[in-house]
Amino acid sequence: MHIEQTDFYTQAILSMAALVGLTSFLMLGQSRLLRLIFVFALQGFLLTITTVLAGYSLDSHHLYISAALTLLLKVIFIPWMLRREVMHMNAQRSIQALKNKTMVMLGGASLMVFSYYILHPIVPTTSPVMLNALAVSLSVVLLGMLLMISHRQAVAHVVGFMSIENGLFFAAIVATKGMPMVVELGVAFDVLVAAVLFGIFFLHIRTSIDSLDVDLLNRLNEVDK
Amino acid sequence: MNWLIAILQTALFVAMAPLLAGWLKWCKCRLQNRKAPSLLQPYRDLLKLTHKQPVVSKQASWLFIATPYIVFSATVLAATVVPLIAVDLPTSASADVIVMVGFFAFARFFLALAGLDMGTAFGGMGSSREMTISSLAEPAMLMAVFTLTMTASTTNLSGAIAHVINEGMVLRPSFVFALPALLLVAIAETGRIPVDNPATHLELTMIHEAMILEYSGRHLALIEWASQLKLMLYGVLIANIFFPWGIAETFSAEALGYGLLAITGKLALLAIVLAIAETLFAKMRLFRVQEYLSFAYLLGLLGMLSHIILEAAR
Repeated sequence: MHIEQTDFYTQAILSMAALVGLTSFLMLGQSRLLRLIFVFALQGFLLTITTVLAGYSLDSHHLYISAALTLLLKVIFIPWMLRREVMHMNAQRSIQALKNKTMVMLGGASLMVFSYYILHPIVPTTSPVMLNALAVSLSVVLLGMLLMISHRQAVAHVVGFMSIENGLFFAAIVATKGMPMVVELGVAFDVLVAAVLFGIFFLHIRTSIDSLDVDLLNRLNEVDK
Repeated sequence: MNWLIAILQTALFVAMAPLLAGWLKWCKCRLQNRKAPSLLQPYRDLLKLTHKQPVVSKQASWLFIATPYIVFSATVLAATVVPLIAVDLPTSASADVIVMVGFFAFARFFLALAGLDMGTAFGGMGSSREMTISSLAEPAMLMAVFTLTMTASTTNLSGAIAHVINEGMVLRPSFVFALPALLLVAIAETGRIPVDNPATHLELTMIHEAMILEYSGRHLALIEWASQLKLMLYGVLIANIFFPWGIAETFSAEALGYGLLAITGKLALLAIVLAIAETLFAKMRLFRVQEYLSFAYLLGLLGMLSHIILEAAR
């Protein structure tokens, strides 16, 4: 099936998938925390647009509520909270040296290929659109994990975790044509609770090692080496 | 008739290039709260330079004298390949996008040789930097362009643009990646901020300016004009590949007029975007350019991948 023959909704969903994937790559390459948080908010905004699109084209109104929740939580509340944390720590200027950025980026590209590869067997049973959207969301999940591995700041870890959730959310919206409202509300509140918990963790890490750089946690040994 | 239009289009290309540079400078000045020079200032500069006597060192070989002419004519030849106001012209039918990249490489090769020719420290430094950057930028550019050519299944620019128009309004995921990739490469190749700063002669950071430091008079005018032409070429490439609407498909006067109007508007908008980007970003360290260009390559690669995976038939 060529893309020219699909309807406008499909094209829009595929473009959104590409953009969400792009924001994941942007996050991976970002070394400044504030910009990382901005790109994360952008990804949330793209998810909101996708949800509204799905809601409009499938004519299911509860998706609009889900979109509003995404907008409130992932575009406004969580980025605001992370930003406040970074400002509080005076870490907005600190550039965390990503050891070998090019390697990480190419690793990200191969993760994307990998997620297409492992989803390829489901081609006969589903529509190509679904396959593509699922593959992109799987790669967003994997890229979120790579972000958590490669960055050292706790804030970046939280952003990575949240972007994993974004990937799952995207898959759910596209693949199931709108989950039941109960599930969506549950997920939204989970995210909210996670954000609050992370806030408390930040507080603890900060009071114990006076920084959000988790590499410094290595020093918390009983014996001095 | 067709050949006449092709020649006219190339002439228009060459004539409009300084205007685009002037407009870009005007936008940048206004954004930085400075008083802007007139839009015609680049023309005046070129005219002034042609009236001055070129100074050539005694040690210079024939290469040094020949390079400005070679660079200028190679860039003009590259301009004939790119459709500006109309598609399906005989010149663009006879050569494809790889030829265009080849012309750029040819011009760059001679420019780098001329930089080395004099044996000055700056010339050699500029040449080595230029070659480093271009060796990274060229694959990224080809990746981005191949995304388009795979969509249209032809490497001919004119045919590819006509294909994109005829498909109508299609949202393509691969173009989402290819457009930023080509933008990043265009900035690197034309020596704009954040890769190189065309406005200064700051010895440690300059790349393009270091190579042409020894040139004066009409030689300098030709090289400056060629680099303005290159900027416009990239602008037209981006505007016409990704937003081809308005380009003339027939050779009636009305269609050509619309084509001219459309491309002028598109280039003006693109220059505003470029001016905003140049105002917002600082020039980056030379050793970070490879990160920047590998990001561009990555985007091109993803564009190609998402074309194969998201769009192609299976």
